[in-house]
Amino acid sequence: MSANSLIAARRRDALAAYLFLAPFGLIYITFLVYPLFKGLWISLHDWELAGSYREYIGFLNYEDLWTDTIFWKAVGNTLTFVAMTVPTMTALALVLALAVFGQGRLKGVLRSIFFMSSVFSVSVVTLVWSMVLSADNGLLVPFFHFIGMKPVNFLGHPTLAMPSIALTTLWWGVGLPMALFLAALSQIPGELYEAAELDHASRFTVLRRITLPSIRHTVLLVLVLQIVGQFQIFGQAHLMTQGGPANRTRTLVQYIYETSFRDWQVGYATAMSFGLFLLMLGFTMLQLWLGRKGDE
Amino acid sequence: MASARTSGLRRVTDLLILGATVAFAILWLLPVIWVVAMSLKPNAELMRSTAGFLPVPFTLDNYIGLLKLDTVPRWLMHSLIVSVTMTCLVLVVSSMAGYAFARLEFPFKKTLFLLMVAGLMVPEQAVFIPLHTMVSGWGLHNTHFALVMPRVAVPIGVFLMMQFFRSVPKELEEAAAIDHASRLTIFLKIMLPLSVPAVTTLGLFTFIFAWNDFLWPLVSATKADMYTVTVGLASIQSNFAFSEGLGAVMASAVFASLPIVLLFLIFQRFIVAGVAMSAGK
Repeated sequence: MSANSLIAARRRDALAAYLFLAPFGLIYITFLVYPLFKGLWISLHDWELAGSYREYIGFLNYEDLWTDTIFWKAVGNTLTFVAMTVPTMTALALVLALAVFGQGRLKGVLRSIFFMSSVFSVSVVTLVWSMVLSADNGLLVPFFHFIGMKPVNFLGHPTLAMPSIALTTLWWGVGLPMALFLAALSQIPGELYEAAELDHASRFTVLRRITLPSIRHTVLLVLVLQIVGQFQIFGQAHLMTQGGPANRTRTLVQYIYETSFRDWQVGYATAMSFGLFLLMLGFTMLQLWLGRKGDE
Repeated sequence: MASARTSGLRRVTDLLILGATVAFAILWLLPVIWVVAMSLKPNAELMRSTAGFLPVPFTLDNYIGLLKLDTVPRWLMHSLIVSVTMTCLVLVVSSMAGYAFARLEFPFKKTLFLLMVAGLMVPEQAVFIPLHTMVSGWGLHNTHFALVMPRVAVPIGVFLMMQFFRSVPKELEEAAAIDHASRLTIFLKIMLPLSVPAVTTLGLFTFIFAWNDFLWPLVSATKADMYTVTVGLASIQSNFAFSEGLGAVMASAVFASLPIVLLFLIFQRFIVAGVAMSAGK
């Protein structure tokens, strides 16, 4: 092949590449990149949802955030929720993965059962669990009657509402991290276990010395994915408690949603959503940095 | 002798762990069984008591009433249209872009790739409000277009397809290149037929995501006759004075979940494989 035809072939390839990328690129720019920058612009305005009232106010929306007590309450609630769900979800996913890992039909069925609850939509999950936890006709009502207690109104209780939402989330979300752990477990070389068997290592020693160190990257991955995912909690709180009782379960995304679509303060809500974005980014970076440090 | 005893002990603990897991799995399923049972009981019975995991007395009235009502079937239809369209479009744009990143050389490849990966870091909450004002400006809320288009350019989809195409042996393509086949022909005739497993996995995940999508449809499809089934069900429960009764609410939840659960049961092999793939193995 001559040099000229090589160059021509390269050009053709480059042209083909841009054409292959074009559909994705155009949609990506229109529906992600552009709104991101437009959001920054909106957050510098006093901007109403309907109508055309728009006034440039600089960083006033961001300054207002510092003194908005409900905003900080929502940040606190979101962090509480993350603290409640992320460690328990990761631990439960790991325990379940260890329990259902391996051959056999029964284990396959068990895997499906624990994974299945994650394919339900948020409104189905909240419907099911609002019913389960209901003090009027909930699943636990007969049990409370049996022990001679008045049924507890979990979702209306100031301290029990958030743990109830966390429990619901656990049931909904454990499938994905469990599957990640299962994938990691299947990557551990069998020789490691054979050597341990020769040494008559106990089950606990094998777990601590072989299994856990081999999947520590997956543990980190699950933690990062969970933190980022749980930070975005919205549907459960919005549908199960509407943020109550007394703002105890009002989360950040819910407050953003309400500020924008109930109170129409689009500019202020957008400023908040960038706050959330930065917070999430910060946590992800921290987690990755800690993980890298742990490896050295 | 000692080792025989330990292995016997080991077998016993294995069985105990398995037994505990089975018990836990049954506990895990109880809420679902309970809801299904309620959906199959007459409302009069549910007014008296909601207890019990068996549908006695049994009735299909809740489901028949649902089909007559026309709202839930309409929501299901919207969900189906949105999910199928979104899945097809995601597959087309992701496989095309994934192929370019995996197999073609072009200027600014690294920069473009980084720009795409950066999109992974942007949560939907950071853009859903400006997106809403943008779609408002076009006057396109309460349309399928508005529900589908913002969800089509998914960086993780491109990433998955790129990973897959990279694993295809280069010789397969080179043979075709010698025959002067165009890049498009190579992509359509060689690469795509090979990528059925990856396409299936990505398609399933997109479909489940689309079906369960909540925040964006909640703010974009605000008219009750444009609700997707996920938003529709949410509207039923925030308004518990649903006139059709508890049995009907439970029946709509079961009805809405049926397509996705069936899909899961048929294709769960691919879903688990997909989780492993997205973990970057």
